[in-house]
Amino acid sequence: MNLPILTIIIFLPLIGVLFILLTKGDEKKVNQICFNVSLLTSFLVFILSLLLWSNFDPNSAEFQFIEEQPWIGNIIKYKVGVDGISILFVVLTSLIIPLCIIATSNSVKFRQKDFLIALLLMQTMMLGVFCSLDIFIFYLFFEAGLIPMFLIIGIWGGIRRVYSAFKFFLYTLFGSVFMLIAIIFIYLKAGTTDIQELLKFDIDAKYQYWLWLGFFTSFAVKTPMWPVHTWLPDAHVEAPTSGSVILAAILLKMAGYGFIRFSLGFFPVASYYFAPLIFTLSIIGIIYTSLVALMQKDMKKLIAYSSVAHMGFVTIGIFAFNSQGIEGSIFQMISHGIVSAALFLSVGVIYDRMHTREIADYGGVVNTMPKYSIFFMVFILASLGLPGTSGFIGEFLVLIGVFKVNYLVSLLAATGVVLSACYSLWLYRRVVFGEMTNDNVRSLKDINKFEVMTLLPLLILTIVLGIFPNIILDTISTSVENVVTIYNSKISLLNQTNIK
Amino acid sequence: MAYFLVFLPLIASFVVGFFGRSLGDKLSQIITCVCVVISAFLSIYIFSDVALHSKIYNYKILSWISSGNLVINWSIYIDTLTSVMLVVVTSVSALVHIYSIGYMSHDPDKPRFMSYLSLFTFMMLMLVTADNFLQLFFGWEGVGLASYLLIGFWYKKKSANAAAIKAFVVNRVGDFGLAIGIFLIFKYLGDINFIDVFKNISTIKEKNIIIFGLEAPLINFICVFLFIGAMGKSAQIFLHTWLPDAMEGPTPVSALIHAATMVTAGVFLVVRCSPIFEYSQFALNMIVIVGATTAFFAATVGLVQNDIKRVIAYSTCSQLGYMFFAVGLGAYHIAIFHLFTHAFFKALLFLGAGSVIHAFHEEQDMRHMGGVWKKIPYTYSLMIIGTLALTGFPMLAGFFSKDAIIEAAYGSQNIFAGYAVTIGVVTAFMTSLYSWRLIFLTFHGNFNNKHTDISKVHDSPLVMIIPLILLSFGAIFSGYLFKEYFIGIHYVQFWNNSIFFVKEFVLHHPPLWFILLTPVLVISAIPLAYLFFVKDKKYLDQFISVNQPLYNFLVNKWYFDELYDFLFVRPAKKIGQFFWKTGDGMIIDGFGPDGLTKIVKMVSDKAVQFQTGFLYHYAFVILIGLSLLLTYFMIF
Repeated sequence: MNLPILTIIIFLPLIGVLFILLTKGDEKKVNQICFNVSLLTSFLVFILSLLLWSNFDPNSAEFQFIEEQPWIGNIIKYKVGVDGISILFVVLTSLIIPLCIIATSNSVKFRQKDFLIALLLMQTMMLGVFCSLDIFIFYLFFEAGLIPMFLIIGIWGGIRRVYSAFKFFLYTLFGSVFMLIAIIFIYLKAGTTDIQELLKFDIDAKYQYWLWLGFFTSFAVKTPMWPVHTWLPDAHVEAPTSGSVILAAILLKMAGYGFIRFSLGFFPVASYYFAPLIFTLSIIGIIYTSLVALMQKDMKKLIAYSSVAHMGFVTIGIFAFNSQGIEGSIFQMISHGIVSAALFLSVGVIYDRMHTREIADYGGVVNTMPKYSIFFMVFILASLGLPGTSGFIGEFLVLIGVFKVNYLVSLLAATGVVLSACYSLWLYRRVVFGEMTNDNVRSLKDINKFEVMTLLPLLILTIVLGIFPNIILDTISTSVENVVTIYNSKISLLNQTNIK
Repeated sequence: MAYFLVFLPLIASFVVGFFGRSLGDKLSQIITCVCVVISAFLSIYIFSDVALHSKIYNYKILSWISSGNLVINWSIYIDTLTSVMLVVVTSVSALVHIYSIGYMSHDPDKPRFMSYLSLFTFMMLMLVTADNFLQLFFGWEGVGLASYLLIGFWYKKKSANAAAIKAFVVNRVGDFGLAIGIFLIFKYLGDINFIDVFKNISTIKEKNIIIFGLEAPLINFICVFLFIGAMGKSAQIFLHTWLPDAMEGPTPVSALIHAATMVTAGVFLVVRCSPIFEYSQFALNMIVIVGATTAFFAATVGLVQNDIKRVIAYSTCSQLGYMFFAVGLGAYHIAIFHLFTHAFFKALLFLGAGSVIHAFHEEQDMRHMGGVWKKIPYTYSLMIIGTLALTGFPMLAGFFSKDAIIEAAYGSQNIFAGYAVTIGVVTAFMTSLYSWRLIFLTFHGNFNNKHTDISKVHDSPLVMIIPLILLSFGAIFSGYLFKEYFIGIHYVQFWNNSIFFVKEFVLHHPPLWFILLTPVLVISAIPLAYLFFVKDKKYLDQFISVNQPLYNFLVNKWYFDELYDFLFVRPAKKIGQFFWKTGDGMIIDGFGPDGLTKIVKMVSDKAVQFQTGFLYHYAFVILIGLSLLLTYFMIF
């Protein structure tokens, strides 16, 4: 296929944006047209991404669908491509965005047009991040994605939206500055910004530590890892439903992807050296945030904190440096993308009706919303990692992978599994079960067609991926195997020189 | 056929779960009952094929997870051990399904209930037919889920919700142990299929590893962690607290899940892993101690409980203790035999209790019952059969299995056999005492209920009585009929390698006085109970007032709940609150973004003050600057 399919996928949303900008007229009509246009484009992107996946050769660890164009002088090229590690994030992104667009019809009450533009811009940026094969391009997309998100929180957010938006922006920008410095340094040393070439290039071990730290600062903030996680709960609480969904489902995954691609790929020696640091921070993060989640009175905050805990599993899995660990991490990211999106959408469903996120205001929702309760239950179970749901596979693979390397880390992380059962079920019980105490609950209406349209695909995916996880594992295994082999060869080389 | 056996309940559960409202109550009940009854007949057929003809079924359904060297399939594996479990699970489940039609007749959510029951049955079947540890784990957590859903079935009741969460979380603690056990096996054997693990286990029996600075044989660690999982599911002491609370669920649930099937999964796990446990004397000893202690502990608490279901729940706990110490002594087959007979009479007792509760219009406190044995003759006589079978009355089911355990303990060489045998005998006596206390308080004496009139007390409908009668056949005959197969001289052939014995287990025949000891104690407890609980309450009151502290200790269930609340629940909440407010709020945000913005703001505020707008201020500053500059040039 000679079609530049990746470029089309990445920039198709921008064409949607163009269309939206050009529509003028009666506001109600415009909103309707914009909604249809953006839904159509995002759906088209989704179809294309599925096409991409079906044409992807899972038996090759190489980058595929590569496109290359010179851009700024001889230094920076526009180069995109995907391998087994990145392709599923492309699919995930293009799956989540249409759902977000459908969700806006209930949750966004003003300036819908601008909101849709922001969403589509986000999509381009995020797809760009996962497809870039040039670190400058990667950096551009990585940072540019901040702006629409900043606007989504700052304009359509709740009461403390400005505080949260700035907190989000400052935190992530702070991290990125160090990454930029590291990228420039790499370019000066290696003379190229091409990721494919850099993966083969051996960066001198003495620089690796500092460069690793540069990337780490950025990724740690984005993941987010303890103790730089405090922007996430605030951002989630204030963001409108669609914003939270994108944030949890995709934005956080960029960091996990970055850890695998760059930290492991460019700086194996430093990764090996710093693995204990990652383990420590992640373990603290898992236990700390799980306990904090237990005490939350705000539903969105609770899920936000649980996200931090779940991402802790991702980071320890990556730094286990074996196939179970890394495959588990990727699986966990995909699964968390689906499940956390579904959870935020579920919270959105009742928020749109009651306009409160306080858990105490609910109770007995099952009486008036039985269908909704089933959906919510499945997602809660997936979030606590019940076997048979997607949540289990990722956690299990990560834990078993880490256990091979360091039993203590795995043991401590597994306590997070017990705690997640506590806070998830307790949340569910307080919201859904019990007597109806609030009169507003009595008049709730069960979920409507739009809401089913957003939640049902996620429900099906949650269960299908739990029972047939090989759909994902088969795609990623060759590439992950490759990453692990390269890593191991470099580390064993290092050990040999040390012995000499 | 095995596929049908396993998946029929799942199909029933799905159909009724999703379309229950449109199908209506009747049709939902029929669909689930028919599916499970077919499963039950199939499992009886498979039992005769597998167990009596020494066959093994092994099907691979689909590939589940393949990641690196970890390859796991969805599968159905049926050997003798599994086929025994299949019979227990599906037959009790089928009877409970039918019974529920009557018991839940006033409930508005019948389809949901039937759907959950079938889902549970499916998960239990997945558990017992697994050919690898992970599918077992899937079923393991799956039954936990079904148990959670069913305990919390009456979702408006606050206590039911709390009990449901407690059950799930406590089980999760056990599951944590099981998971670690699986991780250990995978790390050192590179595989988690039963057949491969069992084949290769002897290669690592000499290996030592260090965990928590403790050097011990690897196999001990594996066994201990697996056993922690079993303790959670089978409600052994320390992880038992969820079981009595689980009685908040509807009674058929208690009969199916919390007596006959799910709680025995722990025993099943250990027996399934007998090829591993046989190499770890340490773990076996631990099982003996935990099992015997649980048997004793639960019986003592059962003596003083007033809720009819809680008494039976503690009795279950206690009987599970028997099974475990049998396992620990290496008498795996006797443990499974007791599991088999216990399923029938304990389900009978629970369903009978349900019938009593039904008769008293949802009254569960035995102090508010009494004097109705003539009014509900069927329930009464069936409960008597259940009680006799449980206490080990000669020739009934419990007699063959429980006395076999006690005799095995008597003949065992294990260093803790003395402990086990003493507790076995004492507990048998207590079992009889609390069981007859239950019978006497419930059916005899005066009618003590204020809310219902005695004339309104009536026996249950036929749809509830028939399952009871069928179970009572099991309670009477299952011991006598299957004794030869399960624990007779040809037991090795019967089990056909599904249970592994390093050296053949020989049942030493104890002296006659010992064989007679238990039945005599058991029977002598009957008049004693009659004296205490019917004839004259004065003796009892006297006894209680003399031993008040002991009585309080028992009534409060050895203070386990209070202890756990103090040790885990409250600290977790406190720490969570601290991390949130102090950790996140004050320290991280305080020194991080908030602190930073504060400093920036402060500095810029100061900087702003320099720009006063008065010309003479600026002129003054320029003057100072100029003079400083001049001084600088003059000196250097």
